[in-house]
Amino acid sequence: MTQATEVKPLIRVKNLYQLFGKDAKKHIHLVHEGKSKDEILAQTGHTLGLKDINLEINKGETFVIMGLSGSGKSTLIRHFNRLIDPTEGSILIDDDQDILTLSTKELQHLRRKRMSMVFQRFGLMPHRTVLENSAYGLSVQGVSKAERNKKATEWLEIVGLKGYEKQYPSQLSGGQQQRVGLARAFCTDADILLMDEAFSALDPLIRSEMQDQLVELQETLNKTIIFITHDLDEALRLGDRIAILKDGELIQVGTPEKILLEPATDYVEAFVKDVNRARALTVETVMKPAKHRITEESIAGALAQMRKMPEDYGYYFNDDGYQGVILQETLEAATKDGNTGNVSDEFMEDIDNISPSDILESVIPETLNTDYPLPVVDDKGKLQGQLSQSSVADVLSNP
Amino acid sequence: MAEKSWLTDFPQMDRDDLVAIRKSLDGTYRDFSREYGEMIEGFFDPLLQFLVAFEKLLVNSPWWAVLIAIIGLVYLVSRSWKLSVGITVAMCAVGYFGMWEDTMRTLSIITVSTLTSIVLGIPIGILMARSNRVQSIVTPTLDIMQTMPAFVYLVPVVMLLGIGKIPGLIAVVIYAIAPVIRLTNLGIRMVDSEVLEAATAYGATPFQRLIRVQLPLSLPNIMAGVNQTIMMALSMVVIASMIGVKGLGQPVLKSITNQYFTMGLLNGLAIVVLAIMFDRTSQAYAKRTNNRVSSH
Repeated sequence: MTQATEVKPLIRVKNLYQLFGKDAKKHIHLVHEGKSKDEILAQTGHTLGLKDINLEINKGETFVIMGLSGSGKSTLIRHFNRLIDPTEGSILIDDDQDILTLSTKELQHLRRKRMSMVFQRFGLMPHRTVLENSAYGLSVQGVSKAERNKKATEWLEIVGLKGYEKQYPSQLSGGQQQRVGLARAFCTDADILLMDEAFSALDPLIRSEMQDQLVELQETLNKTIIFITHDLDEALRLGDRIAILKDGELIQVGTPEKILLEPATDYVEAFVKDVNRARALTVETVMKPAKHRITEESIAGALAQMRKMPEDYGYYFNDDGYQGVILQETLEAATKDGNTGNVSDEFMEDIDNISPSDILESVIPETLNTDYPLPVVDDKGKLQGQLSQSSVADVLSNP
Repeated sequence: MAEKSWLTDFPQMDRDDLVAIRKSLDGTYRDFSREYGEMIEGFFDPLLQFLVAFEKLLVNSPWWAVLIAIIGLVYLVSRSWKLSVGITVAMCAVGYFGMWEDTMRTLSIITVSTLTSIVLGIPIGILMARSNRVQSIVTPTLDIMQTMPAFVYLVPVVMLLGIGKIPGLIAVVIYAIAPVIRLTNLGIRMVDSEVLEAATAYGATPFQRLIRVQLPLSLPNIMAGVNQTIMMALSMVVIASMIGVKGLGQPVLKSITNQYFTMGLLNGLAIVVLAIMFDRTSQAYAKRTNNRVSSH
């Protein structure tokens, strides 16, 4: 997924507090005084849900909020469409509109047109068919039956449920039901998608299939997705940025690489320890600058240049830019054969280039199969860096 | 003998005071019923008209037309041939033993009181489901209505409205309305919170949530309540006949006072036939809605 650059945040959460209980407003000062969750519970019987949450979510990004159960993540996501009202704080959308000051009508409009939601246990209506469920958002808006059915049919086809329109949710598997949930969410054309542990109830295989599908859809739709999960692998896979929530407080917000490589606290560190880094990191974050450049055109010149270097390989450049990898032994063999010509394509090693955005896991076999660091080449053919066995080993072994 | 002491006998209110309380309560209520009786009767007049018209329709129409209509309804609602044939045979037997007209009268009052119970009960159940405070008031009221011996509330109803169809109807409704209220409340409260959240999240208004999510999903429960209500209304038929409701209850009452065993048995069996008809039909319908609604 691409990182949105230099856009104003679409949603800003400011100093959000949630205290559950009858007299929350009366007791909220205890939270400001810094009393802990347990102290407040013992003193007033009120449960602290969220404490001083500040977030900025950019347009078009996938923002993952992750935490263990009880961390307040499901509470937090329900604030964006006001299924829960906060005790204190504000949530600004489009720069200046505080959704907490919306009237009932305006709130309904926001829920109908701007935000849609996908639920952990799907939240489908058992008495309605798959088609009617997908079209639910539009039917609430009063869109004509023909129009909403047309749109729902299209979306069902996109999520891979063509032919299931007349079935009831109970006749579908969990994965299929959640696809209906996705179709329902996309059907209203809302630009903000709230996903509350949307894939947590699915088997691992189906879950990763759904993750792929979401990533794929997001590439073309470019929605702003707020995704809740307790699964760090899922967070790293989907998130442009990740916020880590613990006991109602934000611990760290950052890109997946940052969370993995620079955990802010011991808690986050313990969290990321067991992560499969090979699957979470891209080549870009691990690669080193490519130092050994060969620029001499003649074989003898190139060999001489290479002998001055500490390594027995080099990345060959001519006037057209990066050409490929040459090994010292190839040049030596050519010299021995009496070849005095220029370096040409036939001397280059026959390897597939790897791209900076490749997932580390996918390039490990190639890295292990070659004796020299692999060149990392972007889609314009420019050499961006090199990936050696030792840098891969470093990042994977260093917790 | 020793004097009566509070140790041996429960300390009692003075007899005169008790009489005074009774007198003043009875007097107040009598005054109230004299003052407002006619007005309240007028209020119930449309219901009475409907009840009379419906009874006339059932009694005066040719028996075969009524029978065809009944069997048609039974089949439409239950979709069961077996049940329809069974009911046909039973109804023919009822008619053959000379109880057709009484059965029709009973059928009419049961139908009208069930409809009244549904029309009143479902909205009350909805209110109850929306507010815990309403629930905390309605639940004990229903408990009292269900356990208070029917004769006790027959008295004020008769004082107010005299003897006849409307007091009978009111007595039946008071006795039978509880299940439909309770199960509407329960059904709505049991609707999956995530489904309801989904409706809210997509911008449904409270009314849209009620009509298109809560009521359809609680339909199996509501139907179970309606079924119970019908059964309770049928069991009230004999008692209601004491205040002038015509139908199968009256011959049963007569057979108790005169010890006509066979007459009591036959009329009792006719009530059973009606009960089976209502019960099986409404259960078959509830089962069908349940199949559609239940997930997982």
